[in-house]
Amino acid sequence: MTDTASLIKIRDVHFSRGSKLIFDGINMDIHRGKVTAIMGPSGTGKTTLLKLIGGQLVPSAGSIEVDGQNIHQLKHKQLYQLRKRMGMLFQSGALLTDITVFDNVAFPLREHTNLSESMIRHLVLMKLQAVGLRGARDLMPAELSGGMARRVALARAIALDPMMIMYDEPFTGQDPISLGVLVQLIKQLNDALGLSSIVVSHDVKETCLIADYVYLVSGGKVVEHGSPEQLTNSDSQWSQQFMKGMADGPVPFHYEAKDYVEDLLGLQS
Amino acid sequence: MRISRSIEIWVGFFVAIGFVAMFFLSMQVSNLSSISGEPGYDITASFENVGSLKVRAPVAMAGVDIGRVTAIDFDPKSFEAVVTMSIESKYSELPSDSNASILTAGLLGEQYVGLEPGGEEELLEDGSEIEMTQSALVLEKIIGQFLFSSDAEE
Amino acid sequence: MFDIFQRLGASTLGILERLGRGATFLINILISLPTVLVRPRLLITQMFSIGVLSFSLIVISGLFVGMVLALQGFYTLSDFGAEGMLGVMVAASLVRELGPVVTGLLFAGRAGSALTAEIGLMKATEQLSGMEMMAVDPVARIITPRFLAGLISMPLLATLFTSVGVLGGYFIGVGLLGIDEGGYWSQMQSKIDFHQDIMNGLIKSVVFGWVVTWIAVFEGYDAIPTSEGVSRATTRTVVHSAFAILLLDFILTALMFGDV
Repeated sequence: MTDTASLIKIRDVHFSRGSKLIFDGINMDIHRGKVTAIMGPSGTGKTTLLKLIGGQLVPSAGSIEVDGQNIHQLKHKQLYQLRKRMGMLFQSGALLTDITVFDNVAFPLREHTNLSESMIRHLVLMKLQAVGLRGARDLMPAELSGGMARRVALARAIALDPMMIMYDEPFTGQDPISLGVLVQLIKQLNDALGLSSIVVSHDVKETCLIADYVYLVSGGKVVEHGSPEQLTNSDSQWSQQFMKGMADGPVPFHYEAKDYVEDLLGLQS
Repeated sequence: MRISRSIEIWVGFFVAIGFVAMFFLSMQVSNLSSISGEPGYDITASFENVGSLKVRAPVAMAGVDIGRVTAIDFDPKSFEAVVTMSIESKYSELPSDSNASILTAGLLGEQYVGLEPGGEEELLEDGSEIEMTQSALVLEKIIGQFLFSSDAEE
Repeated sequence: MFDIFQRLGASTLGILERLGRGATFLINILISLPTVLVRPRLLITQMFSIGVLSFSLIVISGLFVGMVLALQGFYTLSDFGAEGMLGVMVAASLVRELGPVVTGLLFAGRAGSALTAEIGLMKATEQLSGMEMMAVDPVARIITPRFLAGLISMPLLATLFTSVGVLGGYFIGVGLLGIDEGGYWSQMQSKIDFHQDIMNGLIKSVVFGWVVTWIAVFEGYDAIPTSEGVSRATTRTVVHSAFAILLLDFILTALMFGDV
């Protein structure tokens, strides 16, 4: 893995929210053209990591380089220029609720380009076609199901033909069919458009179907990384428990408590 | 994003009616119509005591408003108050020996300057001064006089 | 016992912190004003939802306030044989005080709370975050048009309130209570001064519009992005706006009408 193959370099990043330490010296490389998955238990700050990469949050130490630029040292204008080349898919879709699907997808085009309305119309229809929702263009976001809303958000994320897309928990709470659609879309778009994708998720099965490389994050550090096959056959017990979804292992089933018998009998411990 | 025409129309209506209301207030409710840029000439008068006369108080002759008080200053040499008044141009034929008094509208109303015409042929012009003036009646002094005079009788 | 002092100190610091955030926020809004002025569509849409939709509330309230003023005023003034001054009384009360203040309070309740809820909800559903990631400044796109719309709408609404109130007073005073029609208007015209009364009332309504809209958009932007957080922010908007209006009214009245 040479340097130029890394689109994003995360080096020794520390980040705290209040008194809670979220990242304690985390290192990652996101490679161009590949689907990289970041997985871990709930609450490890995976969404926070995406916000750090996007420059919305600033680490207390360490650096994040996106396409050769240290994102936290950029001036406001340059940061916004860089963001135009990054697409982000939020967990809830984050569509603007007071305008139609069409206008939502057209939003970045209207804000950032001077294209004519007819050109914008062509582009919007193409993006919607790519996610299979061209016919839904006049619906309001409130009329969409969760899965459809995410697909519209995806169409919006690729509106400006970005170089990368970040997916924040795209598979959470979806029915099997929507799941299948999303999985397929992420992979297809990545390959067809030559994107680099970062998928943050804790859905092991779906993610491993499309991920080229996986980072397992827990306790503010990268626990292990490698291809999906490498991780499934890993030596680490923790990784095994996570990848296979086992109820008990290094992450215990029981929350810390007194001895069971003593507790039942009401004895002082 | 095209806004519907009806929204644009409603906003236009809203702003227009706001201005109409503003116009109504200015014209119908306030005294704007009487101080709106009538050209005038300035005259001055000195008083021992202007009482509670204020700037923009009316100047009247025979009970008819003919102008406004535009400034009230203090002359440190004569220790008198100098009142500058703007008289509407159409009332340009006021005798130069007219006198000015500070009167009260009603019993407890606002104070204004009342002009009474004299008999001279010479007329007041821009910058003229009215010689004969009558100061405002100060209520406390009158009451004081009354008390002293009734005392003296005893 | 020292716990009380500690909590007092902490809440004072908290208040100062919020004030500082609010001030920085206002500066950001003012900086993005030029970008909004070249996109009148955003402004017009907001003027509709803030101004036009408050229209009926303000007009109806103004009418009733004017009518009540005439009714109450008539009975009080007749004790002094001063019914002829009813026009002045109604107009002066409305122009100087009730117009800007009552409109401000109603505006805070209707438009202010709606703004806070809308912006808070956009924050909670990550729409503001999404916009940032799409390289669109949410302050310039969402907040500033609303601020400008509020600033423009308030004085218009206050003027409407006052005018309708004076008319309402006319209907009751002249129509119902039999006061001389000519007297109603002419007394009013001689006593209500354009500069002193109407302009000052207008200035008050602009100041109130500024403050109420600022509080409304700030509370929304600063809200905790949960349903409880948004509801608390909405309440805060109405309460803080009310305090601010009444306090500023006192200060402005003292400054403007102090040496009447």
